[in-house]
Amino acid sequence: METQKLDEWLLELIRLTSCELAPDVERALCAARDAEQGRARSTLDWMLRNAQEARESSMPICQDTGSLIFYIDHGPDLDQEQMTQSFLRAVIKATERSLLRPNAVDPVSGKNTGNNLGVGAPVLHFHPGLAAGKLSVRLMLKGGGSENCGVQYALPDGSLQAGRDLNGVKRCVLDAALRAQGFGCAPGTLGVGIGGDRMTSFQESKEQFFRPLDDVNTDPILAAMEKELLESINQLEIGPMGFGGQSTVLGVKMGLRHRVPASYFVSVSYMCWAYRRRCLQVENGQAVYL
Amino acid sequence: MIRIDLPVAEEPIRKLKVGDEVGVYGVMITARDAAHKYLVEEDGAEVREVLQGGMIYHCGPVVRQSDAGWQFVAAGPTTSKREEPYEAEVIAQYGVRAVIGKGGMGERTLAACKEHGAVYLHAIGGLAVILARSVRKVREVHKLDEFGAPEAMWVIEVENFPAIVTMDSHGNSLHAEVLKNSTERAQKLLAQW
Repeated sequence: METQKLDEWLLELIRLTSCELAPDVERALCAARDAEQGRARSTLDWMLRNAQEARESSMPICQDTGSLIFYIDHGPDLDQEQMTQSFLRAVIKATERSLLRPNAVDPVSGKNTGNNLGVGAPVLHFHPGLAAGKLSVRLMLKGGGSENCGVQYALPDGSLQAGRDLNGVKRCVLDAALRAQGFGCAPGTLGVGIGGDRMTSFQESKEQFFRPLDDVNTDPILAAMEKELLESINQLEIGPMGFGGQSTVLGVKMGLRHRVPASYFVSVSYMCWAYRRRCLQVENGQAVYL
Repeated sequence: MIRIDLPVAEEPIRKLKVGDEVGVYGVMITARDAAHKYLVEEDGAEVREVLQGGMIYHCGPVVRQSDAGWQFVAAGPTTSKREEPYEAEVIAQYGVRAVIGKGGMGERTLAACKEHGAVYLHAIGGLAVILARSVRKVREVHKLDEFGAPEAMWVIEVENFPAIVTMDSHGNSLHAEVLKNSTERAQKLLAQW
């Protein structure tokens, strides 16, 4: 794979993710708008207009272009160290072109590096295992306002009367949605990680955001719980931006990780309405964006 | 849509009620966490004039610099509650008439709005391109090197900047109302579970 090509593909992936809402998200926002009235409806209308203007002018949908989280599946012919350099170059260039806001701040000195590179930034998860010549790069831009709405519970939780069972899990998710109000830029999507350790539980919750919004969980128990939680949360009348209304979340997506007997974590991540995630697939030297 | 021209006096601000939609015209300034700390702990002389009867916008924009100067590319609001420890003092000390952001603010800011005649205006989160287009000109920027682009204080001229009053100067807050209603609804659901 030519380095120059990979640099260009990655830059385009970043541009696409930052400026063009994925079609499934836009469809869900349209459906939410059509079901609303009054201020909730006009708020969703503004959001959809903004998404359209961002796409047409190739400008970031939201000024908080978030943390860059990449998941990279690749074949044995690709060298991770070389690929890493391509990712870093693409991120620098995207920042120079104002497709990304400089978002890497040193928590000790308070200094912004100005180019989105820093300790642990961008986040790169490499997974070898694809056939030679194949590459898949998934990118999520996770904004800070929505990330601040994430919450992790350790069951049992006495204050929620949440035991170590699925009823307890449900109580946690409802509580997370209530606490989030409109702060995460509702209507958002909730990613839920059940089990795991503190880190992998949150990781599972984030990876749920790569699922299409309109899919159905392959686990029938989780599928039923996702549906019930979606309906319940939308009865809270928090609404778009927390102004009131029926569209509080667009989706609830749940996944599990086996836990040790002593721990039972429930992690909830919040994705804002400006739900930015895209995928680049390369095969036989041809790039396709999803 | 109620038109507000900056700087604005106390009287038109006192007339605003929760739910009113406004379009703002004139010069305002962006300020986030580092700027609020600075405004409270230091003098803030360079921005005092624009804050008097003016508005603070909680925003960390994406900007672009060209021969024509700075341009706002993407500029939606950021979460306001992080400024809750500072905002009441900023309103009192600088004569600010409105704070624009998202998510609303707490009791201290609501009380300061009531006491000094100010409101909280909610811009729609993520409305970055539309709101950046309402910024007609970037006049100047303060603390760019020290705070970084997102946290710097950008002095901007806006035209028909759209926002909704969600906290007025009479003690009303849409956020408090929605929180109360949604909490009651959640408790009902939990009782059934």
